[in-house]
Amino acid sequence: MTETLTGAQITIRLLERQGIRTVAGIPGGAILPIYDALGQSSLIHHVLARHEQGAGFMAQGMARVSGKPAVCMASSGPGATNLLTAIADAKLDSIPLVAITGQVARAMIGTDAFQEVDTYGLSIPITKHNFLVNSAEELLTVIPRAFEIAASGRPGPVLIDIPKDVQTQAIEIAQWPEPASPKPAQTASAAQIAEAAAMINSATRPILYLGGGVVHSGAAASAVELAEKSTLPTVMTLMALGAMPVDHPLSLGMLGMHGARSTNLILDQCDLLIAVGARFDDRATGKVAAFCPCAKIIHIDIDPAELDKIKTAHIGITADVQEALAQLLPLVHDNERSAWRQQVDTLRASFPLNLPDINQPLSHFGLIRSIADNLDDEAIIATDVGQHQMWVAQSYPLRRPRQWLTSGGLGTMGFGVPAAIGAALAEPTRTVVCFTGDGSILMNIQELITAAEEAVNLKIVLMDNASLGLVHQQQTLFYGERLFASQFKATPDFIKIAQGFGLHAVDLDHAADPTAALREALSRPGPCLIHASIDVEQKVYPMVPPGAANHEMIGN
Amino acid sequence: MNATNRNEQKALARAVLEIDVNNHPGVMSHVVGLFSRRTYNVEGILCLPLENGQRSRIWLLVNEDERLPQMIKQGEKLEDVIAIRRHQGDHAVFQQLSGFFQS
Repeated sequence: MTETLTGAQITIRLLERQGIRTVAGIPGGAILPIYDALGQSSLIHHVLARHEQGAGFMAQGMARVSGKPAVCMASSGPGATNLLTAIADAKLDSIPLVAITGQVARAMIGTDAFQEVDTYGLSIPITKHNFLVNSAEELLTVIPRAFEIAASGRPGPVLIDIPKDVQTQAIEIAQWPEPASPKPAQTASAAQIAEAAAMINSATRPILYLGGGVVHSGAAASAVELAEKSTLPTVMTLMALGAMPVDHPLSLGMLGMHGARSTNLILDQCDLLIAVGARFDDRATGKVAAFCPCAKIIHIDIDPAELDKIKTAHIGITADVQEALAQLLPLVHDNERSAWRQQVDTLRASFPLNLPDINQPLSHFGLIRSIADNLDDEAIIATDVGQHQMWVAQSYPLRRPRQWLTSGGLGTMGFGVPAAIGAALAEPTRTVVCFTGDGSILMNIQELITAAEEAVNLKIVLMDNASLGLVHQQQTLFYGERLFASQFKATPDFIKIAQGFGLHAVDLDHAADPTAALREALSRPGPCLIHASIDVEQKVYPMVPPGAANHEMIGN
Repeated sequence: MNATNRNEQKALARAVLEIDVNNHPGVMSHVVGLFSRRTYNVEGILCLPLENGQRSRIWLLVNEDERLPQMIKQGEKLEDVIAIRRHQGDHAVFQQLSGFFQS
C-alpha cells in the first residue's frame, strides 16, 4: 500500500521509526512544514528551547546519558548559526547528534534570501558529516544514513539541511527504509592483541590510561577487569571520569593539568602506557615530549586517525575498545606487581590531591562533598565550564560511566544547564545536578524557563564568585596580577532570577542551617537553583602552567 | 657536489594525492577544508568525474610535510572519500599540465 506524504511528514515518520521520542528545537519560517508535521506526531515530545544553542545542548544531554543519537532542530539562518556551538562541542567530545535545520527553498539558495546562510558550508568542519537534501525522495536514504554515521565508529554530530520546498514536496512512499543501527567496527588484529598482552605481561610499571572512548564503547567494566587482573594503576581523562570508580584502589583519578601531583609523577615513572579510547589531549599530556618519557605505548582507538597523531605508539590497534579489551583479557596474566604497587602507594602518600576545607559545607570543595553526601550513584552530575568544573572533576565521587556530563574538548561555557535538562528528559527517574558558575550560567540562562516548563528534576548548584574564575586565576598567576575583564562589576540577583523563571531557589549564603537547606533543596522534586558564594581567591590547584610538563605543577 | 637540480628538489619536497570521491556538490569543500584549517597549502588541484559521473577523482599536489600521513588519515575518514593513494611529487598528472601554466 502506498501513501502520499510530504518531505516534512517523511522526516517525522523516519524519526519516529528510528525510535526518537524527544526532540529539542525552536521553529522558524524555513522549518515550519516540519514543525507542522511534528505537531501531528503522537510519539515525539517536542521540547521548546529558548535559544537554538540550548536545544543543541539538550540533545547532547540526551545523547550523553543514553549513548544513542539525539535530535535537535532549528530554522535557517540565525537558527542554524545558533546551533553551531553545540554541534562543534559534540564533535570534539564524540557525541552522536542529528541536527536538522530548515533552509530556504532551493530556488532561493544563493540569492541572499531572508534568513539564508550557507549552513552546509558552515557545518563542514564541525560535523562528522553533513547533508543538503535535494528532494523528498532523498530523505529516505539521508535520514537513516545520518543516524548510522552519528552512531557508528567514533560517534559524532551529523547535520541535515532541508530546503523548505523539499519539506513541502509530496511523494508516494511504497516502502520505508529500515531504521539505522551502528555499523560494526573493525575488529582488532589478533596478532596485535597478542603482542599487546605480551607487553602488558612483561611490563614492570604499567599504567592504564582511559579516555572517553571507554564510556562511548560501553567498555568500563572490561577496563576495570583488566586493571584488576593485571594490577594496573589507572588514570582517566576528564571525559572518562566514572569509567572506574574514583575510590577504586587502582584509580589514580584524573591525569594532567589539574590531576593530583602523584598521578602525574606516577605517569612519569611508568614503563608501559596502555591508552584506551583516549587521544592524548594537551590538557592531559602537558608538554608532549615530557609525557611518560620512559614508557612504551599501546594505543587502542576506534578512530585510526588518533593513532600516532600526538604520540607514536609501539602498538597501535584500530578497534572498538570493548571488543579489543574482550580479546585482550584472557591473554593477560594475573599479576600482583607488588613492587610497582608499593612505589605507586608511596608517591600517592607523598603527593596527594589536597582538598582544603572539604569539611566546611560552604567552601568550594565542602559544597561539592555535601552534595555528594546527599546523593547516591544513580544521580547524574553535569557541569558548566570553569573553576567549578575542575573542582567537581577533582573531588566528586564519580562511580559509573555516563554519570558525568561535561564539555571536555570544546570547553563551552553555557553547556551545563541545557545539557542537564536533556539528561533529565532522557532519564526522568534520576536526580540531575548541574554544577555551574556565575559566568557560565548567564551564557544560557534562558533555558531556566525550559527547565520550569518541562518540570525536570534538575538541581542547579551555582558557585558564585562574581568573576570569570579561571580567567581571574590565569591573570593572577601568569599576567602579573593584572585583573582585567574577569571581575563582574554588576552582578545579578540569581535568586530573584531563578524565581522569576519559575524555579524554586535557595540561597545557602543566608540559610540558618546550610546543610539542612541543601538537603531539603536536593530532595524536593522538580527544578531548583541552589546558590552559594565562593571565595574568588580560591584557585584550581594543583595546576600545570601553560606549556609546562606535567611534573612541573604549581599550587598546593 | 649537489647532484639534484632545482626541479628534482621541488619534486622531492612534494607529494601527489589521488583521491576517489563521490561526485556531488560539497565534496571538494570537505577535502580542501582539511588542508586549509591546518594552514597546509594545496599547490595544485585537478578534478574530473569518472566514467558514469557517480564518482570523481581529485588530484592534489601538496608539500611534503610531517603532517601528511595525518592528513591522509583524516581524508580517509570523510564519508564521501572512497580511497586515497599517495604518489611521488613528480607524478605525470601535474607534470603534463605544466604547459597550461606558463606565464
